[in-house]
Amino acid sequence: MTQDSAAPIIEIKGVTKNFGAVTALKGVDAVIREGEFFSLLGPSGCGKTTLLRLIAGFEQVSGGTIAIGGKPMKDIPANQRPTNMVFQSYAIFPHLNVAENVGYGLKRKKLGREETAREVEQALDMVDLAGYGQRKAHELSGGQRQRVALARALVMRPKVILLDEPLSALDKKLRDQMQHELRRLQKSLGITFILVTHDQEEALIMSDRIAVIFDGAIAQLATPEDLYRRPATRRVASFIGVMNFLDATATGGNGAPYHLDIPALGTVEIAADQAPAGLDAARITSVGVRPEMFTITGDDTGPFEREVEGRVAGTDYYGDMTYYSVALPGAAAPVTISMRNTAGRAVAREGSTVTVGWGAESIVLLE
Amino acid sequence: MMGRAMRYASARWLVVYAVAYMIFLYAPVILLPLFAFNDGTVVAFPLTGFTTKWFGLLWSTEALHGAVRNSAFVAVSTALISTVLGACAARSASKYRFPGQRGVMGFIMLPLVLPEIIVAVALLVMLIQLGMSLSLWTVIAGHVLICTPFSIAILSSAFAGLEDSLEEASFDLGETRWGTFRRVTLPLIMPGVISSLLITFTISLDEFIIAFFLTGTDVTLPVYIWSQLRFPSKLPSVMALGTILLVLSVALLMVAEVFRRRAVRRQGMDGGSTQGLI
Repeated sequence: MTQDSAAPIIEIKGVTKNFGAVTALKGVDAVIREGEFFSLLGPSGCGKTTLLRLIAGFEQVSGGTIAIGGKPMKDIPANQRPTNMVFQSYAIFPHLNVAENVGYGLKRKKLGREETAREVEQALDMVDLAGYGQRKAHELSGGQRQRVALARALVMRPKVILLDEPLSALDKKLRDQMQHELRRLQKSLGITFILVTHDQEEALIMSDRIAVIFDGAIAQLATPEDLYRRPATRRVASFIGVMNFLDATATGGNGAPYHLDIPALGTVEIAADQAPAGLDAARITSVGVRPEMFTITGDDTGPFEREVEGRVAGTDYYGDMTYYSVALPGAAAPVTISMRNTAGRAVAREGSTVTVGWGAESIVLLE
Repeated sequence: MMGRAMRYASARWLVVYAVAYMIFLYAPVILLPLFAFNDGTVVAFPLTGFTTKWFGLLWSTEALHGAVRNSAFVAVSTALISTVLGACAARSASKYRFPGQRGVMGFIMLPLVLPEIIVAVALLVMLIQLGMSLSLWTVIAGHVLICTPFSIAILSSAFAGLEDSLEEASFDLGETRWGTFRRVTLPLIMPGVISSLLITFTISLDEFIIAFFLTGTDVTLPVYIWSQLRFPSKLPSVMALGTILLVLSVALLMVAEVFRRRAVRRQGMDGGSTQGLI
């Protein structure tokens, strides 16, 4: 991607943050590039919001440095940083109307009345709220408040926009719509967006790159596709999407292919570049397989490199998909397999015996 | 069936009790306007006719005007000072957590339950020890002491409804701390501030004990009224003055309550909630 060559906009080096005896962040390093949609993903309490607030300047780092646009941010307060925040609660000023909310930050820029009005209207237009300027804050729906909060940040023309779980209060349909709109807006404006979210699906859909944060440290920083296909640890693998874990032992590695013995599936050779860099074979105790990387064979599927027999222990029917729970001999627990309900494919019944197809590419190697 | 009948019976007794209680509490207050308009120098039944001359007499009493001016000065000063102090305390109580906070807040709220006479005597002894002369300013100091807890109670509910992220958003949008206070915080707590000003003004205006002990040669209105009670002939005009003060106080308190509720409503909180402070 071209983004690899883009200049860094935010450089985070060895950042730690303590609140009294509680350590919220224990040494975070990351470089966020210009024009990138970057997500901080993790469970609640992992430190992702703390990191965002450190970038915004609402909190001060306990150790390490944050630089924005090459300039160290130490001792620079939030009101002088080239960042603007969209709050989880939107923080719309209740005593001001929409136009006054959006124009709030322009007042200090000493623009003329007409220019302010023009900028405000332009920002409202960007978020599809043209003509809403005179509405009162309490007359707005949740989705509209969110748009006002975004317009209020956009109008400041910041280098970076920080979004603190901006979609969590919206219902699913509106959330899906806003995810695409935010992404489209970010791409067309070319402003760097940093999104905090606990929703892995949201992060995968919207981001150029994602930093997965557990317990105050980045567990993995990668593109959505890499994160999904090549999770570095078992914890990342189970946080992003659904993952089957199968006991395994391995030999080889260290640049050479890995030889795996998976009791549930058999033995298989995995290419070295399919593993996280420097993975020691001795540390492999299990492998991962995504539900869609197994196939329940039928008339509509081709022949598979490897096949095993299993018994259907349960089905969850989702309309377009069926999630099967299949017991494999030698596996500690049934594996989850997802199949698209294409025309002509019958849903396998509970208790029936099926053939499960897989290949070396299906296997995710992790610590 | 038995239980329900007994509950009704006890409910009837409660109504009787409540009505009797209200009469006991407010009947003397009703007497005030009654005799203020009574055309007779002796405050006793039967009433002898309607007049407004006692109110007219107030108009021409020079000493009374001085007392009104003094009281207005004391009450306005007290309202301003205690509301500013109350705002600072309420703000820190709602926004920050520090060691000993509960103790400190309890200490500030203490004058609410302390007997006023104790406060007044203690202040008098201290002022004399310090060699300070008594004046309207010493009265103001005493009034600020007893009014600040009321300010805190009113402003706490105004600050409690104020979301932290609103101030952060303002700061994030480039505004300074002072600008944030002026453009976001103050407008949102303004109804609470007005309510606090009105209530502390009213308390100070009516207060007698502290004013009596701590005033010098300048008397406040309640102290003036007390001094007039020695002369039986002045009693009806005192009744008239009392009636004016009564109406004024009730009116101010009602306006204050309207503003307090508006503050609470503006922040989308339950209208009846007072955070258990008043």
